[in-house]
Amino acid sequence: MSRYLLRRLLLVVPSVIGISIVLFTVLALAPGDPFEELATNPAIPPEVRANLRTQFGLDDPIHLRYLRWFGSMAQGDWGFSFASRIDVDKLILQRIPVTLFVIGSSQVLALLIALPVGVFAATRPYSIFDQIANTLAFIGFSLPTFFTGILLILLFSIHLDWLPFVYRADISATGWRWYWEHLRQAIMPVTVLGLFQAASWTRFVRSSVLDVIRLDYVTTARSKGLAEQVVVVKHVVRNALIPVVTLVALQLPAVFGGAIITEQIFRVPGIGSLLISAILANDTPVIMAVTFVLAILVILFNLLADLIYGWLDPRVSYR
Amino acid sequence: MAGSTRVSATASSTVAAHALQPGNGTSLTREAWRRFRRHRLALAGAAILALLTLGVLVGPFLWKLPINEIDFAVKLKGPSFAHPLGTDDLGQDLLARMMYGGRISLAVGLAAMLIAVIVGTLIGAVAGISRGSVDAALMWLTNLFLALPQLPMLLLIIFLFRDPLKAMFGPEVGIFILIVAVIGGFSWMPVARLVRAQFLSLREKEFVEAARALGASTPRTVVRHILPNALGPVIVAGTIDVAAAIIAESTLSFLGLGFPPDIPTWGRILFDAKDHLDIAPHWAVIPGAAIFLAVLSINYLGDGLRDALDPRKVM
Repeated sequence: MSRYLLRRLLLVVPSVIGISIVLFTVLALAPGDPFEELATNPAIPPEVRANLRTQFGLDDPIHLRYLRWFGSMAQGDWGFSFASRIDVDKLILQRIPVTLFVIGSSQVLALLIALPVGVFAATRPYSIFDQIANTLAFIGFSLPTFFTGILLILLFSIHLDWLPFVYRADISATGWRWYWEHLRQAIMPVTVLGLFQAASWTRFVRSSVLDVIRLDYVTTARSKGLAEQVVVVKHVVRNALIPVVTLVALQLPAVFGGAIITEQIFRVPGIGSLLISAILANDTPVIMAVTFVLAILVILFNLLADLIYGWLDPRVSYR
Repeated sequence: MAGSTRVSATASSTVAAHALQPGNGTSLTREAWRRFRRHRLALAGAAILALLTLGVLVGPFLWKLPINEIDFAVKLKGPSFAHPLGTDDLGQDLLARMMYGGRISLAVGLAAMLIAVIVGTLIGAVAGISRGSVDAALMWLTNLFLALPQLPMLLLIIFLFRDPLKAMFGPEVGIFILIVAVIGGFSWMPVARLVRAQFLSLREKEFVEAARALGASTPRTVVRHILPNALGPVIVAGTIDVAAAIIAESTLSFLGLGFPPDIPTWGRILFDAKDHLDIAPHWAVIPGAAIFLAVLSINYLGDGLRDALDPRKVM
């Protein structure tokens, strides 16, 4: 297992480098010059501008510029936010816990829905339950998160007035009341994201369980006289989850995309809404850093998925 | 020499015909149609999609209200006889705007899908047919793109390239090109993996071996023999890609970063509507429902096509 872990960790390095190269290329290809204003300012002679360019290394060959950029990113020097007047890394550290909380709870919710529903539907294929679950799953992943969010706001905030639709980080209450308020405002964002994930996961789980449940070893387990519940939970589900983990890992970038939208709708102060406000404010250092952080998070979660994979299927860790 | 060439050509085309259409000419298509027809919801999806397409294409010729006629007397009104879908905060007719936006949303979906399918097929085919380092490099690239968070990358690229493209092609065409290229450029990976997997299995099949033995060159084997047999799953993936691209475009517009405000795509209408949810819910629900309906019917269509074109999946 530790060798498998080490190999996986080593594979992270090229991914991070690859992603940083893609990001840097996009930035370098983009038109626009940080000293553009100076060019149109008649009070500043062109030589000064040229000197500034040389001083900040803008005329260096591209690979040198990339190495310098990557070096400072790696040292935690992520620049300074134009809009918020604060270091970018501090800004991101402030915002990241909320995002991880919302994403994490929505994934747990999705798992709690998809696993039982998918397994139950697959053990009774083409029953009424299966058909209803299938239809709901189709509707679920055809509903874009921004529309579900708006429908939930319409229903629960405006029509019924049960839940607040603006997420507040500064709740003044203390004790139990504080937890309750936080829970209340997290319900809608987590539900929107969780239901969307649950819809596609249910389909994955169902088809994967259907593939496994007809295998001979399941028949063997049944003919040994094991209870159906034991057969399903201990024999079928564990094996069926192996391909599901891969599919879930592939979906992670979409999860982060969904998180950005939900944060924007409910004004959750996470890094997703930070990204949008930075784009609207032309705050380039923040935009670059948030994109990079989101990419790194995807890689980290992929690593986690690989570890779960290794635990579910010990064969892969010995290969 | 001439004789041997002719023999191999005829022989391989017979093999191709065999691989594509066993028995008489149309039976494979007819078989696929028969399987597709059995999927009721896919038929319904196709019908709804056809209606939507027809509506946005023909509708503006029948419903002649301009999309940008401002009339504060009727602002934020619900559906009425004069405005069947109601009006927005400037009193602009929502039916006209929905039809205009539908054209753009569907066009973006189709164009982005074409880019994704072409790029994906190309990369998947090259990776699948060449062994060793080319395959490894292309798959590394594919996996890298799969790991990139799509939405932040879309936002980043649109933020960086929006203004120059606007200056080059004008606001409407420039943003259209940018959005289509970026969405297509970030959704080719599943197609590439699919095509590669198909190629890996198909190129070991007897009919490909036969074609090769008869002297068909690699490009000919790929284009005439392997590719036609790998197309089924690609069509299915392409269908799903249209839905994904429509969602991606609506998302960008919904975040206020897609098309400019004077071009009412479905996502943009929803974005404008979300601050008036309490007084004019119809304004948000109509474009949302349109996106949902389009995506749902495309997804069902894709599901039916999978049953029809992927015989192994049929039980």
